[in-house]
Amino acid sequence: MLSVNGIDTYYGLSHILFDVSIRVEKGEIVGLLGRNGAGKSTTMRSIMGLTPPKKGEIIFKGEVITGKKPYILFRKGIGYVPDDRRVFADLTVDDNLEIVYRREETWNKERVYSLFPALYEIKNRKAGFLSGGEQQMLTIARALMGSPELLLLDEPTEGLAPLIVKDLEEQILKLKEAGISILLSEQNIKSAMKLVSRAYVIDNGRIKFEGTRAELDENEEIKRRYLMV
Amino acid sequence: MDIVYSVLPPQFLSQVLVGLSRTTILFIVASGLSLILGVLRIPNVAHGSLYMIGAFVSYSIAKLFGGGPSSYWWALLITPFVIALISFVVERGVFQFLYEREHLMLLLLTFAFSLVFGDLVKLIWGVEYKSVPVPGAFQGFVPLFGGIPFPLYNLFLLCVGPVVALILWFIVNKTKIGKISRAAAVDREMVGAVGINVSWVFATVFVIGCLLAGLGGVLVAPTVSVTLGMDHTLIIEAFLIVIIGGLGNIWGALLGALIFGLSQSLGILLWPKFGIVIPYLAVVVVLLIKPTGLLKSTW
Repeated sequence: MLSVNGIDTYYGLSHILFDVSIRVEKGEIVGLLGRNGAGKSTTMRSIMGLTPPKKGEIIFKGEVITGKKPYILFRKGIGYVPDDRRVFADLTVDDNLEIVYRREETWNKERVYSLFPALYEIKNRKAGFLSGGEQQMLTIARALMGSPELLLLDEPTEGLAPLIVKDLEEQILKLKEAGISILLSEQNIKSAMKLVSRAYVIDNGRIKFEGTRAELDENEEIKRRYLMV
Repeated sequence: MDIVYSVLPPQFLSQVLVGLSRTTILFIVASGLSLILGVLRIPNVAHGSLYMIGAFVSYSIAKLFGGGPSSYWWALLITPFVIALISFVVERGVFQFLYEREHLMLLLLTFAFSLVFGDLVKLIWGVEYKSVPVPGAFQGFVPLFGGIPFPLYNLFLLCVGPVVALILWFIVNKTKIGKISRAAAVDREMVGAVGINVSWVFATVFVIGCLLAGLGGVLVAPTVSVTLGMDHTLIIEAFLIVIIGGLGNIWGALLGALIFGLSQSLGILLWPKFGIVIPYLAVVVVLLIKPTGLLKSTW
């Protein structure tokens, strides 16, 4: 589905990602784990075309997509949920969903609202007035409106109350059941371990570990050095 | 009626209407400027030029249709689209490549465009004053408020203002392109990341904004002598209106235009010698009280 092959990404002159390679197969949730500032968000932004890599190649559904504009990538089936949420604060919840480009009809407002019933209750409220958890649901709902085949979820549980995190985890599993492949970045390894089947550990812009959930679970060295467990 | 006049003299009421018809022109032009400033973040100095070109084009179109009393309606119908076409070419040809540049660059660039447009107008239409016929149905005066004659065409302007405001409100709040442009005003990167081609959204908003400048030019044409330099006066007023109203806020533009238009017309009545200064004093007062503008800015 997605294959990132040795990308190097810069912010201006500063070199952030070094030879990062990631694979996501159809229907799986893959974790991208690491500390704050390790390069998780930059990897997500590179894949979405927001900060295109200077070196390397990104392949989605067999097609090279490196350097393509974000709106084109969304139309090819990649949904992006940024870590800082970025709802359209001035618009209502409903309008946040409505303006999204509709790639196909797999997902529509009805289906999105049935996944997040709490959003339906507040659909006429301005997104800027929502709580953190509600905004997080809205950014996921917004990405779903494009019927993505691959979802880039950047730290969805960051800063949310434990009870809301639990709800969100269930909803993410439902998305997997619906056949959406997910690249999930997390600092919170406990939450990630419940969701992912494979994981990458990133630190200082380099991939330090790659393996299945069980392999990561057994590797105390990696967990201690890079994930502060 | 006499009781009303004892509190509000007829001259006063008449000047209020004059002020409101001026407000209409100012609002239409400034709302276009504000729209472009809010969504595209371009301080478009050339906006005044499009207003001036609108006035000149309406002169030519009216002449093309015989120059009679009904020829104005053709000018009113066609000119905004001519201006829209010009702005479309400029946006796709130049501006679309420069959105990421800093504001000072864009200010200089649009200023350069205003000089180029000014010279083009001089080349095409010459330096003489032009006059555009008042449309047939609105020629002459009507006695209002104790018999003071009031130009009928200004009454027409008073009706156009609210109609334009209503259409703008509808586009901004109820249509998809309006909602998208409100989102893009705040976070254009994220709008792109939900599959929207922001470049074309910007083009559309730019063209709508410039069309409003052109519409202002056509509407003002029958009430003034159409001449070179009318762009400079207006662009200064329009920028002040946008600033006191709140950058990018269309209702701010309406409020700013009301303050500017009314203080102008009433200033002349109250203090004829210095009347022209009063709107600028009003701007100073507003900025002292609320430096960010009266309504919420999108910046």
